[in-house]
Amino acid sequence: MFQLEFMQRALIAGLLTGLSAPAIGTYLVQRRLSLMGDGIGHIAITGVALGLLTGTAPVLTAVLVAIAGATAIELVRARGKASGDVALALLFYGGIAGGVLLIGLAGQGAATLNTYLFGSLTTVSQSDLYVVVGLAVTVLVVAIGLGPQLFAVCQDEEFARVTGLRVQLLNLLIAVMAAVTVTVAMRTVGLLLVSALMVVPVATAQQVTRSFRSTFITACAIGVTACVAGIITSYNANVAPGATIVVLALAGFVVAAVVGTLLRRRHAVSAPLADEEPEVDIPEPAPHVVSSAHAHAHNPACGHPKVEHDDHVDYVHDGHLHAAHGDHWDEH
Amino acid sequence: MTDPAQHPTPAVQVTDLSVDLGGRLVLRGVDLQIRQGEVVAVLGTNGSGKSTLIRTVVGLLPAARGEVRLFGQPVPRFRQWQRVGYVPQRITAAGGVPATVQEVVSSGLLSRRRLFRPLKAADRQAAEHALELVDMADRRKDGVAELSGGQQQRVLIARALVSDPDLLILDEPTAGVDLASQAIFADAIRERVAGGSTVVMVSHDLGPMDALIDRSVVLRRGRIVYDGPPHASQTHAHVHPHSADDEPGWLS
Repeated sequence: MFQLEFMQRALIAGLLTGLSAPAIGTYLVQRRLSLMGDGIGHIAITGVALGLLTGTAPVLTAVLVAIAGATAIELVRARGKASGDVALALLFYGGIAGGVLLIGLAGQGAATLNTYLFGSLTTVSQSDLYVVVGLAVTVLVVAIGLGPQLFAVCQDEEFARVTGLRVQLLNLLIAVMAAVTVTVAMRTVGLLLVSALMVVPVATAQQVTRSFRSTFITACAIGVTACVAGIITSYNANVAPGATIVVLALAGFVVAAVVGTLLRRRHAVSAPLADEEPEVDIPEPAPHVVSSAHAHAHNPACGHPKVEHDDHVDYVHDGHLHAAHGDHWDEH
Repeated sequence: MTDPAQHPTPAVQVTDLSVDLGGRLVLRGVDLQIRQGEVVAVLGTNGSGKSTLIRTVVGLLPAARGEVRLFGQPVPRFRQWQRVGYVPQRITAAGGVPATVQEVVSSGLLSRRRLFRPLKAADRQAAEHALELVDMADRRKDGVAELSGGQQQRVLIARALVSDPDLLILDEPTAGVDLASQAIFADAIRERVAGGSTVVMVSHDLGPMDALIDRSVVLRRGRIVYDGPPHASQTHAHVHPHSADDEPGWLS
């Protein structure tokens, strides 16, 4: 099996997909945009169809259309309008419908479409592989190298802006990287299931990790394992690799969820919740401040603005509030 | 307080500021100058525009009219963000992926960190020091999602303090926070103030921070209605049941 050239290519593509999809997926999950990859995958179908229709390499047209789509999604999201949700739905379904239509026009059948939707081991050509390697390495360098900046933006966008980060640019970068990853994963997992490979390993890793860094690393390890194991199983059982990879990743999630629950239960038993609310005195009421040497006696007609305050009236006097108290005036 | 003559540039200078949020004028012609070293509380009821003022000062909202200057530079062109520490108003410090206290605090160092560079030892030390200030050093490896609301707020304050800012801006730091945590960050802020930092905080209820305030600014319906020493305003800003005929802006 490992001597077969198409299998070698498929395994290299799978390895890189398994690394880059969870890497960018960690940032998407952190921003609570888990389904963004799914939307980009839908849009990329139109890109693939354009490639088939015009006779260009589908990987190239797919990456261009996916980047355009991801940019559009990010711009709609950044505007934060209620209609944005609907705009995204239009974009997604437009992408998938347009893709199917164009593939029909290109004279290609459902079989060709399937290889892009669910992945196919035999279709990774030598030139595809070069593109995939280049793109995946770019995604990994950005995802790791700009890690602290991307983390800050995904964790708390407003705070990131006040630290002077170019938040819009970084958000766009995440969207573009997600689009590139979708294209990288297209030949192995397929466009319809690529989002699963971005999200499921991260969700799995979270079951047992506490820090962002360990979540990132664990998710990438899970992604690689699922991809490589999925491709090998897919070859032996002769089924679509995308489905195999995702089912394996989900099985991993179930195992991790059980282990995580058990671990947390044990941790909870060994370390009961600390009592965080020590007894604290009730704060003293505001001190009684007597206005020193206040000669003027306020009355309802004295011209100073009046303010009703609970059971009495305060007078505004040179920026202070004065209230009658016995034979003197208090600062309120 | 620092001698104003020594620092001629005000830390914050707001001139005739109006801010428009979704077609509604939330701030109307606000003028405010905060000298370096001052500790100012921005008070007012819900919807008075105090958070809007703060968010415009740090550049999160655009000014419809007027201008904000930080250390003499107009905010859209302001680049020395490492001089500003910001604590946003929020309920939780957690995102969709677990992150440790240390990771969240380290993100406060980004204003002085270059791209594609790893964390330096000095940065780690700064994070450690900031965590000690808010009494969270022993929780550095814990996930922020596991902490109580008050502890999360302390982490956010540490994140703002870690870059050693000259101007600290806090939006409702005491909202929904237990008294023990409030007392801890009142201490942390007292230490900053002693070091000459300028502090601007928005609050409903100052709690233990009360004693630190040099000056309060009261907003009502988008205008400053009081600006002066704290005693006269504090109890009034939020307790006062104002009647409808009470003209906005009668003091400004």
